[in-house]
Amino acid sequence: MTVSHMSTSKLTAASLHRRHAVEKRFRAYGVVAIVTALVFLIILLSSMLSKGYSAFFQAQIRLPVFFSQDVIDPKRTNSSEIIARANYQILVRNALKARFPDVKKRREVKKLTMLISRGARRHLRAMVAHEPSLIGTTQEVWLLASGDADMFLKGAIPRDIPEKSRRINDRQIAWLNALEEDGASRRRFNVNFFTAGDSREAEQAGIWGAIVGSALTLIVTLILSFPVSVTAAVYLEELSTKNWWTDFLEVNINNMAAVPSIIYGLFGLAIFLNVMHLPRSAPVVGGIVLALMTFPTIIIATRASLKAVPPSIREAARGLGASPAQVVLHHVLPLAMPGIFTGTIIGMSRALGESAPLLMIGMVAFIVDIPQGLFDPASVLPVQIYLWADSPERAFVEKTAAATLVLMVFLVVMNATAVVLRRKFEKRW
Amino acid sequence: MGKQETNVVDVRTPRVSIAIPQGEKGDNGQAGAAKEKPLKMRTQGVNVFYGDNQALSEIDLDIRENEVTALIGPSGCGKSTYLRCLNRMNDTIEGCQVEGTVTLDGENIYDRTVDVVHLRARIGMVFQKPNPFPKSIYDNVAYGPRIHGLVSSQDALNEIVMTSLTKAGLLDEVRNRLHEPGTGLSGGQQQRLCIARAIAVNPEVILMDEPCSALDPIATARIEELIDELRKNYTIIIVTHNMQQAARVSQRTAFFHLGVLVEFGDTERVFTSPRDERTQGYITGRFG
Ligand SMILES: Nc1ncnc2c1ncn2[C@@H]1O[C@H](COP(=O)(O)OP(=O)(O)OP(=O)(O)O)[C@@H](O)[C@H]1O
Ligand SMILES: [Mg+2]
Repeated sequence: MTVSHMSTSKLTAASLHRRHAVEKRFRAYGVVAIVTALVFLIILLSSMLSKGYSAFFQAQIRLPVFFSQDVIDPKRTNSSEIIARANYQILVRNALKARFPDVKKRREVKKLTMLISRGARRHLRAMVAHEPSLIGTTQEVWLLASGDADMFLKGAIPRDIPEKSRRINDRQIAWLNALEEDGASRRRFNVNFFTAGDSREAEQAGIWGAIVGSALTLIVTLILSFPVSVTAAVYLEELSTKNWWTDFLEVNINNMAAVPSIIYGLFGLAIFLNVMHLPRSAPVVGGIVLALMTFPTIIIATRASLKAVPPSIREAARGLGASPAQVVLHHVLPLAMPGIFTGTIIGMSRALGESAPLLMIGMVAFIVDIPQGLFDPASVLPVQIYLWADSPERAFVEKTAAATLVLMVFLVVMNATAVVLRRKFEKRW
Repeated sequence: MGKQETNVVDVRTPRVSIAIPQGEKGDNGQAGAAKEKPLKMRTQGVNVFYGDNQALSEIDLDIRENEVTALIGPSGCGKSTYLRCLNRMNDTIEGCQVEGTVTLDGENIYDRTVDVVHLRARIGMVFQKPNPFPKSIYDNVAYGPRIHGLVSSQDALNEIVMTSLTKAGLLDEVRNRLHEPGTGLSGGQQQRLCIARAIAVNPEVILMDEPCSALDPIATARIEELIDELRKNYTIIIVTHNMQQAARVSQRTAFFHLGVLVEFGDTERVFTSPRDERTQGYITGRFG
């Protein structure tokens, strides 16, 4: 007896050393994996931040603008219609010419006016409409710099590259430097980026249209996919008896989860646009397509969390005489809710980041107006990013990065909500 | 008796003898017929299959009103399976098939016209492992009365909750924490909560599957007292692995072995002079 005990203890001691080593290595693998993931995340975030943060600021140029009666309302009608139709671009050009009197040649003047955003005339028009007494006076006005001037003033265009390969020439640089020395240029927080729709002019392009489009689309997705998926999952998990039919459904649902998202877009194009003639580029169609794509995610998550509810709870309720519907509605579903919420939010954030299927149903169109309803043409955040990434101007590069940051903020908020909801509704037993 | 039999639709050969288990020669606890209580439930020729496996065969058992019937036998012999036949909890187990007749007050509970919801309101169940809902103590007890619409006012519901907790011997311990989660109670308290929850529906029969298996001797003693108390108003069927417990709380004992009912009779008789040697072996601890 003693002998065998001795040897057991010795053997254990010998193997113990080896086991500890394995234990340590196992931990080390885990740490390495986590660190790798974190490093990639940090690289991604910091590159987006360094590229995108400048888009949140915008250069403005101060000019003494003469609100000439002859340009705005030569016949002195004082009619707001006439005032609204006037050519305010002339005011901008005149102001620039007054600031740089030695610029005479037509081509030079054109280069000069290219420093100021084409949106400036709208700004001046709004000023006059708001305050007609400005007519006939000269005012110092801060005007939006054009995209290229904006890039230069932010230092995004290095001066040492040859003139041919920059979008801004030496004369323009000289003018901008002169303005800067005067204190006639400044940088402001770019409110416009968060309130405007898309635009061909980088300095006027904003992300609000895409945010609204994404919100409308996701509302449709949520309203369709959540109730349908949860009901389907409850049916499969709690109410149906297992047979070849439920197996068939299960295989198909898992298949749906693996179908590439562009296929959903093709399906949407074929059915909703070509057969049902729903409007192109509309959030309602985008929402339906994304809902189809989100079904399997929510169904699978819901079934997993239904499975995690201990069977003893169902037995307890059944034993008291609860009907199958009561067992599910009073006990199983409330206990599964945290998992269902998490699954739904994961599905929704995947839908929020999805662009391929939406390209198929025309949400890739260039849309300036902020969508007002589910049937208005709209774009969404990831498609907006795709569109901007495709634009050649340097000014759109920072917009792309900034839009990506905005999208990531939304994703973080959604996933944090999932965690909070989970904490809040989780019950222990 | 005859009146009850008219309702019974037996799928196999009708049996003339009443509740004579297999392997039994003489009477089965009908001694002292004078103090015989009225019949509450009766099972005849019950066979249960899990898929191709037969878990119970030809079980005939009579359960009398206001008595405690103990089911004993080695692990895996089919006690829980039998218990679940009595309130049709087997219905939801996949691949489980029940044959034969089980009657409650002469009515076959497997009849197609019987609503299981109503049936389970009449036959309550306490499970082997305490399984309170993750809700407040109050809501645990109030759940049954609520879903069955037993009460119309909040006061009446309070009344039911209080009396049920009192009957289960739990009220004094939880009086000040009725709105705290039932899952926060100790194991023994949880089990009594489950008993309170079962009797709140005011069932006629209570099935208990090893209600004391997870409890210490003091909590066990409490529950045994409780069972004895409950017997006045309810019919109780209890599965237990504890011979002393069966001897203490029950009036009748049924011994199961490998899916057959070996012996059934007055508890005193079964424990003092078992007729089958398997029973003898089991209760004296030689196997099982
Ligand atoms: N859900 C099920 N599916 C398949 N077989 C089952 C199922 N439940 C029980 N069985 C089988 O039926 C037989 C009887 O089981 P049962 O649970 O009734 O035994 P028991 O007497 O309650 O045992 P214990 O004292 O260990 O609880 C066992 O052989 C068991 O393996
Ligand atoms: Mg059992």
